Amino acid sequence: MYGSKLVTAIGVHLYYVFVSVGVGFVIAVFLGILLSRIPQYANYILPVISIFQTIPGIVFIGILFLYLGMLPITVITALTIYAIFPVLKNTFVGILEVDASYKEAARGCGMSDLQVLLKIELPLAMPTIFAGLRMATIYTVSWAVLASMIGLGGLGEFIYIGVATNNNRLIIAGAIPAAIMAVCLSYLIDLLQKTITPRGLRKVN
Amino acid sequence: MSVNIVLEHLYIVIAAVAITILIGLPLGILAYFRPSFRKLIFWIVDVLQTIPALALLGIIMVFLGAGKLTVIIGLFLYSLLPIVHNTCLGLTEVDPGVKEAAWGMGMTKFYSLIRVELPLAFPVIFTGIRIASVTAIGVAVFATFVGGGGLGSIIYRGIYIQNMELLLSGTFTLMAMAVFFDTVMAYIEKRLYRRSS
Repeated sequence: MYGSKLVTAIGVHLYYVFVSVGVGFVIAVFLGILLSRIPQYANYILPVISIFQTIPGIVFIGILFLYLGMLPITVITALTIYAIFPVLKNTFVGILEVDASYKEAARGCGMSDLQVLLKIELPLAMPTIFAGLRMATIYTVSWAVLASMIGLGGLGEFIYIGVATNNNRLIIAGAIPAAIMAVCLSYLIDLLQKTITPRGLRKVN
Repeated sequence: MSVNIVLEHLYIVIAAVAITILIGLPLGILAYFRPSFRKLIFWIVDVLQTIPALALLGIIMVFLGAGKLTVIIGLFLYSLLPIVHNTCLGLTEVDPGVKEAAWGMGMTKFYSLIRVELPLAFPVIFTGIRIASVTAIGVAVFATFVGGGGLGSIIYRGIYIQNMELLLSGTFTLMAMAVFFDTVMAYIEKRLYRRSS
């Protein structure tokens, strides 16, 4: 009975998640690589990232809402900023944790810095980076529910109106698809991670 | 902003984490002893954490109505993963030689668990409790949507009446709380590890 509305809501929700996580991922990996070039400051960089990570997504949505108003770009920008931190932290940590002897061996083979980064550091850091991506995606699905708070649709609209008017059917109509979406996306990322992890790193089960 | 709201937030978090420890610890121990259950238990806690917080709270609200209890139960389900995982991991990592020694001294399985394995696994379990607590502080923001109060209500009101000051004061209090808990518990954790090594 909410059929077509629900499909639209799922579409809007997915759109928010894909755009923000996609843009956030690219920015975060880029920043993470840049930061990993100055490992001597890791002791200062990591706590700062961790503190930013504790900011709830609602705050980004709220602040941007006050500045930009009720626009889809508000939600997307807010969620993008939110999605950056887990990926950034994991990219940074993942690259730093690559064993120095591997890098040395790579340089000994005559690789340039760029080759070391692309062929050694990033592939070895991939499992950690993907763990960050998974976290970012799950949380973004969760916070995108709040897009409805500023009247911008998505599955949150059902939950939000349902909670406000005490309509259980509406709550369920929004909550169940949101839950299924999050679980499916996390499986998709696990699958992606399995195909992208270098063969030598795959765990033998 | 009143102190009451901060206390309300703390109350929700502490109650939820306490319940999580009470139920998560036995679940972790069960997963450790029964590898056949391990996959199922890990799968369930993983799925629970994947469900968007507001969706989870909404579903619980259908059964329990609005209020603090709904939030506490939601946070409890949400916090299970790190505690169950780390309990099982910590127990698995106990040196097999130590376990054998306990067995050789005539300890029963239960006695060895209580006196030897759990104390040795405690630092790892504590890490799980820390992760659960810090995450719960952030997720408790959702409480305001299902009538649970806490700092989320300040942030929400700030957005609603377009008052940046209110919004930021709520946010900074929340961040301070998370950082404070994380720092103090990380300090305790460090001492636990040092003592056990």
